[in-house]
Amino acid sequence: MGKSIRIRRGYDIRLEGSAEKTSSALPLSDVIALKPSDFPSFLPKVLVSPGEEILAGQPVFFDKDRPNLRICSPVSGEVAEVVRGEKRQILEVRIIPDRETTRYLEFPKQDPAGVSRGDLLQRLLDSGVWNYIRQRPYGLIADPADVPKSIFVSCFDSAPLAPSLGFVVGQEPENFQAGLQALQVLANGQLHLGLRADPADADLDESVLRGIPPEHIHRFSGPHPAGNVGIQIHHISPIQKGEVVWVVHPQDVLVIGRLFREGRYRAQRTIALTGSCVARPQYFQMLAGQRISDLTGARLQADHCRIIQGNVLTGNRSSADDFLSFYTNQVTVIPEGDQPEFLGWLLPGFKKLSLSRTYFSWLAPNRVYRLDTNTHGEERAFVMTGQYDKVLPMDIFPVHLLKAILARDIERMEQLGIYEIAEEDFALCEFVCTSKIEVQKIVAEGLDYIRKEG
Amino acid sequence: MKFLQRILASVKPNFEKGGRFEKFHPAFEALETFLFVPGQTTAHGVHVRDAMDLKRTMMTVIIALVPTLLFGMWNVGYQHHLAYGMDASLMDNFWFGCWKVLPIIVVSYAAGLGVEFVFSILRGHPVSEGYLVTGLLIPLTLPVTVPLWMVALAAIFCTLLGKEIFGGTGMNFMNPALLARVFLFFAFPAYMSGDIWTDLSPEAGQAIVDGYSGATNLVAFDANYHALPSAGDMFWGFEQGSIGETSTAACLIGALILILSGVGSWQVIVSCFAGALLMGLLLNGMAPADVPNHAMHTPAYYHWLMGGFAFGAVYMATDPVTAAQTERGKWIYGLLIGAFTVVLRVFNPAYPEGMMLSILLLNVFAPLIDHIVVEQHIKKRLNRA
Repeated sequence: MGKSIRIRRGYDIRLEGSAEKTSSALPLSDVIALKPSDFPSFLPKVLVSPGEEILAGQPVFFDKDRPNLRICSPVSGEVAEVVRGEKRQILEVRIIPDRETTRYLEFPKQDPAGVSRGDLLQRLLDSGVWNYIRQRPYGLIADPADVPKSIFVSCFDSAPLAPSLGFVVGQEPENFQAGLQALQVLANGQLHLGLRADPADADLDESVLRGIPPEHIHRFSGPHPAGNVGIQIHHISPIQKGEVVWVVHPQDVLVIGRLFREGRYRAQRTIALTGSCVARPQYFQMLAGQRISDLTGARLQADHCRIIQGNVLTGNRSSADDFLSFYTNQVTVIPEGDQPEFLGWLLPGFKKLSLSRTYFSWLAPNRVYRLDTNTHGEERAFVMTGQYDKVLPMDIFPVHLLKAILARDIERMEQLGIYEIAEEDFALCEFVCTSKIEVQKIVAEGLDYIRKEG
Repeated sequence: MKFLQRILASVKPNFEKGGRFEKFHPAFEALETFLFVPGQTTAHGVHVRDAMDLKRTMMTVIIALVPTLLFGMWNVGYQHHLAYGMDASLMDNFWFGCWKVLPIIVVSYAAGLGVEFVFSILRGHPVSEGYLVTGLLIPLTLPVTVPLWMVALAAIFCTLLGKEIFGGTGMNFMNPALLARVFLFFAFPAYMSGDIWTDLSPEAGQAIVDGYSGATNLVAFDANYHALPSAGDMFWGFEQGSIGETSTAACLIGALILILSGVGSWQVIVSCFAGALLMGLLLNGMAPADVPNHAMHTPAYYHWLMGGFAFGAVYMATDPVTAAQTERGKWIYGLLIGAFTVVLRVFNPAYPEGMMLSILLLNVFAPLIDHIVVEQHIKKRLNRA
């Protein structure tokens, strides 16, 4: 048996609009787009030109710094245009997909367990599936030249309104199994899985985990961020300076599995459409790069909403005209909160969510909230202490680490554990912050700084 | 409320960049955000935010101060009427005290907030909410007989030198309200100790009762601790003292509010009380047997009840900006405050009110305590490998 770990510090934000477990496929839009900005620190160079016919799985752009990293088209069709911004920076590559059938670039079908690590790695690179493998520290696309200490897959998501990953991978259990086998080879046997222990994830059929040594299956209980892969790594085998751990999202394990079982790069994703502005929250199957309006379309029940790719804590602000990113698993739509509130800081606040008990909402601990995007106050100097520690289940002093980052003190950052953290792990700290400090931004700056200077 | 919103919206352009009163933008903003929680939305990072902000935090502390304030007002009247040997009803006592205390509060807020606004306008930073609490804490730590100009001076001093020169709320290293008190304590000692604790303004047709003594408990305590009021009186607060500090019971209600709401650190409050008790017990054990009146014989729990201990532990030591910031640091910080207070009280008759001094001292040491805790943490992390 792997470790059984109880996370005590954290918080589950209960929001209205969790997705009902039914899944329906969305028709393909008239245009899809690939955005280099979805891939962190990617310097794109385009390989296709407008008017060119391409196959699904054919590379569209590659990274100038690491030429073997390429992003492939999820559809076959005709390249419509390359949208450029300031300084000719590539914003999007738009492709008009084939209507009838998708033509794929075919790869041999193989049992991943029987392939050598080198061949497997090459296959992932050639097919563009590699970009689904990310590394810690820094949260970038993994460097194929590294040999990771281990690969981690967190099989549940504990974020607000998060999709049930058991339900998602349950759509294609064989592909999930094949994907895990591939990762097992890639990790030289050091593949670790994090599962929900309490309550056990009823959606996840654990028979798909056959072949994973039981001592590498770890069970976590407790509130968010128990499902964050960074938290799990911290509790199982913390990252030291110089070490690299790769992480893969279960949905992306499916893409890897498909590559080996079907011999094709298929970028279908099961997206949970959630949030209090959605009329009937549920799951949809769509393609990476598809328009968000295909998903939200007539399914919203309010006008003045914010569409977020991801969850309310770590997601990216999006819009109906935007395109689904390659890493999105959830789209959340919540009301914008740009209305001033008269003496709002003085009211009893039965419907205001706060981890402190300064509003009377604490009398109803099971209330489900309809939160909007209001900041509930302005940014101030740091005053309240001990708040961040309550929601960060790591052996790390968050405030001191943040101060070290602000001071650009590399030695101190390393001592205080910068290599173990990612923005998402500090999202709850940002949520609770009384002084409304943008914590995730500081963490991102720190990781960026230490990557370039350290 | 639409009406108010419209007025604010109509004058707002004057205070924006390029407007006629551009300079006064912080002042306008303070008023606007006081009336309306702004419709500002999250930009990057999290999309939803906890409803608590600094205004709410400070408001909660003020609510926690209300029991001490109300009791203090009543006690001012009660002590006054006691000195004249008069029978007065509960409300008589309260109104008398209210009438005496309100001007001190008004002056404290006016002077301190004045400095805050001037500074904000000069430096162009938003007016922070910290003074909402400081402005009430200052009067509660003063005797009711304090001249109003001294209150103003203390408020200005602490806001200017205790806070603004460091960059405002969140940047100061000593508790501003205590700084105000300590300033008065050393600058005007005659007004801060001795026969000052009861309002002795003449009552028509009444004379002060014979044998009335205005000496404070802590002075009595150094001479002969047996002369102290009963533990019950000290707990409930039927004694002379600064406006807000006499009642340990009222402070404990405040502590309950602070701890329940999560605004005050329970670690600091509990460790302060524990520190005082432990040091009290230690001194009891070491007390000279042949001097039965020696202060070291004072029952340890008396230190909880005497003077401003409870008030300091609940409202002053818990100030998150000036206290230790790490979990373990908070325990050390509180224990030392409690222990040091008792040591000062017992061994140094010149400064009977040890709480004020020991909190300020530990404010200065808090960063050092945190530093040690963080270094330990780093060492532990290194050994983990």
